[in-house]
Amino acid sequence: MEFNLSAGLFVAEQNFLPVESQTLYDVLIIGGGPAGMTAAVYTLRKGLSTALVTGNVGGQMTETAGIENYLGYRYINGNELVDKFREQVMQFGIAFESSQKVQRLEPGPVHQVTLEDGRVLRAKTVIIASGKQSKRLNIPGEKELAGHGVAYCAICDAPFYADKTVIVVGGGNSGLGAAIDLAKIATHVTLVQRRDRLTGDQILIDKLAAYDNVRILLEHEPREIRGDGHVERVLIADKKTGEEQELPADGIFVEVGLLPNSQFARGVVEMNEYNEIWVDCFCRTRVPGIFAAGDVTTVPYKQIIIACGEGAKAALTAADYIQNQK
Amino acid sequence: MPLFDEKITKQLKEILSQMQKDVKLVFFTQEIECQTCRDAHQFTNELAGLSDKLSLETLNLVIDKDQAAKYAVDKVPAIVVLKDDGTDSGIRFFGIPGGYEINSFLSALLAVSGRVEPLPPAVQARISKIDKPVHIQVFVTPTCPYCPGAVVTAHRLALENSHVRADMVESNSFVPLSIKYQVSGVPKTVINETNDLVGAQPITALLDEIEKL
Repeated sequence: MEFNLSAGLFVAEQNFLPVESQTLYDVLIIGGGPAGMTAAVYTLRKGLSTALVTGNVGGQMTETAGIENYLGYRYINGNELVDKFREQVMQFGIAFESSQKVQRLEPGPVHQVTLEDGRVLRAKTVIIASGKQSKRLNIPGEKELAGHGVAYCAICDAPFYADKTVIVVGGGNSGLGAAIDLAKIATHVTLVQRRDRLTGDQILIDKLAAYDNVRILLEHEPREIRGDGHVERVLIADKKTGEEQELPADGIFVEVGLLPNSQFARGVVEMNEYNEIWVDCFCRTRVPGIFAAGDVTTVPYKQIIIACGEGAKAALTAADYIQNQK
Repeated sequence: MPLFDEKITKQLKEILSQMQKDVKLVFFTQEIECQTCRDAHQFTNELAGLSDKLSLETLNLVIDKDQAAKYAVDKVPAIVVLKDDGTDSGIRFFGIPGGYEINSFLSALLAVSGRVEPLPPAVQARISKIDKPVHIQVFVTPTCPYCPGAVVTAHRLALENSHVRADMVESNSFVPLSIKYQVSGVPKTVINETNDLVGAQPITALLDEIEKL
């Protein structure tokens, strides 16, 4: 039996101070994933007063079963790595708040960040490291049937599809991973991919090919999810011919990638067509004193190790910025 | 073979050392144990040995049917969490709290022992207004990272108001029950058989649903 213990959750937070509206922080970090936590270690070591607000500590790492490409660990469970990061941040006095999302960012000589509960925090510099979340299909029936056959977490919900027929949308690593998990137990799996090829790693493509209950539909996309109280059928369109067919399915797993958590910065910093925040190689946005790091940015390859490096860079740039202001 | 390896044992001991008051676990199993019951039995035995503040009573669903009825236990394996004075915390675990659920289990032990963060006064006021029986069942799978959040929220309501009873239900161990409530995604929170919530929702969303009853 495995235990995914998050020991960090239970550690007395002796060095975590409450975030305060009246304090003018040197650095305010938005996000507590690998980029945000690394940035915090760097700014705190520079002696800068730092606040960090985050929806959840660890970000996407908490949803990762095993990590095999973060150097120093040949294999580590996602939660364990989060605990180690958190412990390293905790040795400093940091103003820290989790389960808290940011509503609005207003730039100025002093930047103002409005939290969802209405409080306003003030800082000389802001590091946006708010990461990404799962993308939705945005097709009819998806919202209505979410949790009733429409699923976004294969490791959570796969067990309910034993001896059932399922559709997996997305041909990247997460789609392939979901399809492999489901192929083991489901009667039949249809993998639907918009592009003309699978984009995940070859090792996963080969693994999936070993199952004879899997069909792959390239250049197809789901148009509508139908069912009375539960998913029963999915309307799939051939992108080349436009032809539509209705596939019977008990469930549909959506693994179509991630959406940047950048809404609160819209209109403030420049973004690309995917709403990723544009940064230069110093992690600078176009707004002086506002920096960004990790998955929320335009920097390619969304990896923990890259997010950490970017977080460090953003922190060092922020420290230089504050130094030069004096 | 022990369920907890050396490393986990050390971590568990450290976490349990933060317990304030004593907590008693009542574990229900059956005569001829299913595999899950056997594992759960070992789980409760090993865990209870990790803290002086934890005690364990093991009962049988059939032989001890009066006790089972008293604690509203109708299936096994089941763990009921009692406060130091022996009163019912309202917190139940059906199935083994393995995988990610070890976190909701430890949270429950700490909370019942008295180590718990205060709730915002507005939320507290809404909870204390609950004046009729509320039964919450949170369906989970051990591989679901979001599920402990939903379980901890439901358990907190149970702890704060004695009209509320809150169960963690490990879906894989209770398949007919999962089918009955049409669970096809977790966490799924079923309230009094009639209302349900999908996903890990904040305590206020749970209260909204309870106030609709």
